[in-house]
Amino acid sequence: MGDGARAKTSFSRHDRSPPTLGLIVNPVAGLGGAVGLKGTDSVEMVARACARGAKAQASARTVMTLQAVRAHLADRIAVAAAPHEMGAEAARAAGFNSRTTGRIRAGASTPEDTKAIAAAMVEAGVSLILFAGGDGTARDIYDAVGTRVPVVGIPAGVKMHSAVYATNPRSAAALVIGFFEQRWPVREVEVMDIDEAAFRCGAVSAKLYGYLEAPFARHLIQGVKMGQAAGGGAALDAIAADVVEHMEPGCLYILGPGTTVRAISHRLGLAETLLGVDLVKDGRLLAADVTEADILDALVAGGREGVKIVVTPIGGQGHFLGRGNQQISAAVVRQVGRDNIILVATPEKLTSLGAVLLVDTGDPVADEILSGYIRVVTGYAAEAICRVAG
Amino acid sequence: MTRAVELFHAARWNEPLIMDMTSPGERGVIPPAVDAAIAKAVGDVAGSLPAGVRRNSPPKLPEMSQPQVLRHYLRLSQMCMGADVTSDMMGTCTIKYSPKVHEHLVRQPWVWDLHPLQDDDTIQGILEIMYNFERMMCAISGMDAFTFEAGSGAQGIYANACLIRKYHESRGEGDRRTEMLTTAFSHPADAAAPAVAGYRVITLMPGERGYPEVGAVKAAISERTAGLMMTNPEDTGIYNRDIKEIVDLVHRAGGLCAYDQANGNGMLGIVRAGDTGFDLCQFNLHKTFSAPHGAVGQGCAAVGVKKAVAAYLFGPVIEFDGKRYRIKGERREAIERIRSFLGNIQTVVKAYAWVMSLGPEGMKAVAETAVLNSNYMLEGIRKLRGVTIPWPKNKYRRMEQIRYSMEKLHAETGITAHDVMWRMIDYGVQHFMLSHHPMLVAEPFTIEPGESYTVDELDEYVEILRRIIDEAYNDPDVVKTSPHRASVTKIDEVAIDDPKCWAFTHRGFLRKSAG
Amino acid sequence: MSDGLVHPYIPNAAPAPRRRLMKEVGIRDLAALYDSIPNDIKLKGPLKLPTRIESEHELRKHVESILAKNKSCQDLLNFRGAGCWQHFVPAVCDEINGRGEFLTSYGGFPYSDHGKYQALFEYQSLIGELVGLEVVGTPTYDWGAAADSAVLMACRVTGRDHVLVPATASPERLEQMRGFTKPVATIELVRCDPKTGLMDLADLKAKVSECTGAVYFEQPGYLGIIETQAPEIAKIAKAAGAKTVVGVDPISLGVLESPGDYGADLVVGELQPLGVHMYGGGGVAGFIASRDDEAMVAEHPSFLISISPAADQGQFGFGVSTMERTSYDKRHDSTDYYGTTQWLWGITAAVYLSLIGPRGLAELGEGIMQRSAYAAGRINRIKGVTAPVHASPFFKEFVVNFDRTGKTVAAVNRALKRRGILGGKDLSMEFPTLGQSALYCITEIHGKDEIDALAAALKEVSA
Repeated sequence: MGDGARAKTSFSRHDRSPPTLGLIVNPVAGLGGAVGLKGTDSVEMVARACARGAKAQASARTVMTLQAVRAHLADRIAVAAAPHEMGAEAARAAGFNSRTTGRIRAGASTPEDTKAIAAAMVEAGVSLILFAGGDGTARDIYDAVGTRVPVVGIPAGVKMHSAVYATNPRSAAALVIGFFEQRWPVREVEVMDIDEAAFRCGAVSAKLYGYLEAPFARHLIQGVKMGQAAGGGAALDAIAADVVEHMEPGCLYILGPGTTVRAISHRLGLAETLLGVDLVKDGRLLAADVTEADILDALVAGGREGVKIVVTPIGGQGHFLGRGNQQISAAVVRQVGRDNIILVATPEKLTSLGAVLLVDTGDPVADEILSGYIRVVTGYAAEAICRVAG
Repeated sequence: MTRAVELFHAARWNEPLIMDMTSPGERGVIPPAVDAAIAKAVGDVAGSLPAGVRRNSPPKLPEMSQPQVLRHYLRLSQMCMGADVTSDMMGTCTIKYSPKVHEHLVRQPWVWDLHPLQDDDTIQGILEIMYNFERMMCAISGMDAFTFEAGSGAQGIYANACLIRKYHESRGEGDRRTEMLTTAFSHPADAAAPAVAGYRVITLMPGERGYPEVGAVKAAISERTAGLMMTNPEDTGIYNRDIKEIVDLVHRAGGLCAYDQANGNGMLGIVRAGDTGFDLCQFNLHKTFSAPHGAVGQGCAAVGVKKAVAAYLFGPVIEFDGKRYRIKGERREAIERIRSFLGNIQTVVKAYAWVMSLGPEGMKAVAETAVLNSNYMLEGIRKLRGVTIPWPKNKYRRMEQIRYSMEKLHAETGITAHDVMWRMIDYGVQHFMLSHHPMLVAEPFTIEPGESYTVDELDEYVEILRRIIDEAYNDPDVVKTSPHRASVTKIDEVAIDDPKCWAFTHRGFLRKSAG
Repeated sequence: MSDGLVHPYIPNAAPAPRRRLMKEVGIRDLAALYDSIPNDIKLKGPLKLPTRIESEHELRKHVESILAKNKSCQDLLNFRGAGCWQHFVPAVCDEINGRGEFLTSYGGFPYSDHGKYQALFEYQSLIGELVGLEVVGTPTYDWGAAADSAVLMACRVTGRDHVLVPATASPERLEQMRGFTKPVATIELVRCDPKTGLMDLADLKAKVSECTGAVYFEQPGYLGIIETQAPEIAKIAKAAGAKTVVGVDPISLGVLESPGDYGADLVVGELQPLGVHMYGGGGVAGFIASRDDEAMVAEHPSFLISISPAADQGQFGFGVSTMERTSYDKRHDSTDYYGTTQWLWGITAAVYLSLIGPRGLAELGEGIMQRSAYAAGRINRIKGVTAPVHASPFFKEFVVNFDRTGKTVAAVNRALKRRGILGGKDLSMEFPTLGQSALYCITEIHGKDEIDALAAALKEVSA
């Protein structure tokens, strides 16, 4: 520009070697689904599924995702894949020249392989780990990675409870592309621990296992301060500020698990149990990681000046009670009362849930009491009214 | 199709920045010289300013001759898809024909050379129009008083929030009533304005039929409720059937209801804010009432109120004694000034002329045709592969704009609504609108044809969508990498948001390029 | 009305297309389109509006006959300013802002409306040159809205809630500011010296504190006074950790220093003098400018158009940066609001500044100062009249006092009007301490003849 000269590309791009995408596929995930089995978390279950003629879904879906990623990013990223059926085959099928990370016995990979390889990828400095699997795979990745590196999940399991999974292979590709190309921000997403045996009998018993970091689309952001990329920290702070401002003296607060509730503990200067339930009163931690019995005792002991429950939706489906916070049981809810439940969630979280929340306390009466409409604190001096489906 | 849209190419002038076209010594327009006698009498007045405030080097403005400046900006205007030039059916914008006769009326000394503080008897014409138009707006909306001082929809909505605040303050309930309700699909300003006015904003999320249900409102109401600010129909094109019950609930809680009539084009002559129970409203004269959008303004928000709120209405009161019009000044209890002077009076003149050229039947025909056009396009769009219509449980007709989803298209091809948006430009039409926040509908697109297009133009637009969707399934790359035939090639959209790269002025750009 | 209506603006209201569309949609009656609206609120009869004027000729006659009752500033000799001023409008400015492509564009993004975004980037750039700052946003509703936003930007960035404003600031802008800032900040006035009209720096020092987020002043001030202490005010503000916010009339920036260069952190102002007709007040538009500092950029409420390289070598394009700053994304989290404003005047300002050039702007400013000094001099010679009231340099506007004539400003203005002259704005209600004073505005459109005519008329009417 200037002096009539033709414009050169004046924006300096920081030249560096291309960032690396790590790739891990759980080859047996989702094996059971099509043939009517819920979960294939053991060798016998895999055998039963294969006997019924099941074909692995994970690999095919991974190829679909990778093809879309490659079409957009081409050689602007490098790919490090787990060996053989755990990723390298899918990478090759999609046209990537990947390098292999780790060693496995081909055809006999195990969850331990997943963990070891994921950890190795983190050490090797990958920017993002793309994995395909189910809730079990998500737990394995979490065990190895924690929040050290963001991840994207390609859904290949039977039913996704963990919030880390994209809705389908294409949206998984969009998240990968958005992360590398447009520097989409990351947020913390729940990894759920589903009791698969119980699940096979038709009951869902889910505990909150941990949090992974996953990119989310810019256009879902609402009210996030510019420059605050990671986890929408400012949005959580705003919610926490609002809740703390309205906290009443002498009132017992039952703080449920989750990062949004954790922000409230942080604001009070307290340590918190990310995955468990804490009891707080007058800005002090009374008890951490309590059980249902502990809560019921506390209600008997000192609930006179009021009790409130603070919860946030846990898991990919939007349950604010019944997934990951069963300590806050139907019995607790019936005693505390619907009107004393403070729900917190960022606008982005609500949008990703289609603004519909769920409950599953196991007690249809409690569920019924909770259904209808509920207030959700979504920011400082801001709330939303959301529908609660049974 | 009457046009070969695939042969369209936008003008691509590769026009340099005007700052780079400077040619030292040239001048585009010369200001009137000071009379020699004046110069002699006072000398160099500017030169005797103290150094601290006197300019010591001239500003870096371009030095150009007049025809070059004209040509530059004419070329830029050609790289613009104004509604005068091509189909623009952007949802929420209410694009329609802005009659040229209106421009001829206002681009004359009797409008554009008026000073805002002229004595009443020298502006009888403009006062007559404003006085009469206020009455017309009352008739159209069912309100009791209007002001045209606010500069656009968002400012009109903000004014509504301030009026509600003042209403409660004057009843001694300002401290108690701290919450304002709005809906997820109302314009962002319906949430932003009350927030800026100091309220706790409660956003009602939609139910299964695509709009907030009575139950949601009941959960939101309390003794802290100041009011409700919402659009209806919402940006989705869905009319909230429970609106009267919702308004009653808010009233019974002691709150006021403000109707954002941004989506009023399909309602003219059909249903009125006043009859629906609303206490305040605002209309976009630069949308519904045909005044041109002006590249994003000159707008005007007509803010209307019922008697209960009229005492607080801002803006000049215009009276007529049968012979002369008079500006009586502000109301004694009016809220603080929202904007300077009388407002965008040129926009008021255009809106007045538009209503006069339509009359009651014309206004109704505008609404009915806009909604009919929209539903006609729905019939075409619903047949498109990969497109779904959200909230299928709602069986009622959608209104003058409709929100659709390309979620299926995305799942099947990887092409997003955003990609399709850019590809539309290659076919010579203005792109559609996705959605305001929150993006509750995945891969949304919102189309509002208005009443100004022919059947052929509606068909052409849908056909263009059909072709692009076809490309998405068979040649997705061409869609993904579009636009190809626009005035500019693909822009680095990441740099724009990167503090190290962004540049909002030429001087900022030069500094960052050098560094 | 299902039979249809033939109207030039509504093609598909005509019977044939209407029938065709209804058939395709599957309805026999247009009322079926509105099945979602409960019947009890629907209108039963037609709107009570005047009958339609069918022909364009008659419509034009009708509206023109009303507008002809106006007397414009072409008919009257106008000396009124106070926030909206009569300046020369180059024909090319009218030509460009009359182009339908610009006039009817709206929500297109930078691919379809590339030209519009380039024109606005050029406006941002040229205003940036005038005020000496690198970040300029798209236009706001008016100077007052820009000032409101800017003082709160300063408060948010500093984490403070106190704003200082000179007592001589525009009362209308001050009222606007009080209304806008009252949920989150307090406004306090700083005394001004009655003789000079300049800010009382001792009072400023006394009032500025670690609670002060913004010190705002206008240059030139509402009363036309050039605040010669501007750099000192900025120093005092900075020493207290407050931001300096300066409101400008940009047409003065050919002779006055860029506020960015004497310590302003934020500059706001009025675009109307830059090639926009007054339109009875519809020509106003504001702007906000700041340094390129991430924290401050994050607080701008308007759109910020950034230049960006395009794929073709040597090409560039534009984009709207960081929408997450704006109320569009923030919704209920908003600290300010933005919507359709006055972008057409932003484009016009770019055209004007490109035409006038650096030399033209300097000549314009110098000439205005000479003319207004001459006018004040002539008026001051009139018995009983004092001009200027304040012993300070002034730009374009100055205060004229009539106390010693025994006549009110209202009476003087009535008499002037009978002579076809619009006298200065009556200040007696806004600033009672100034007595019977009026604010007179002299621009480049006033030649010696016009000024002499004013002086002669004033002499007659104040006798």
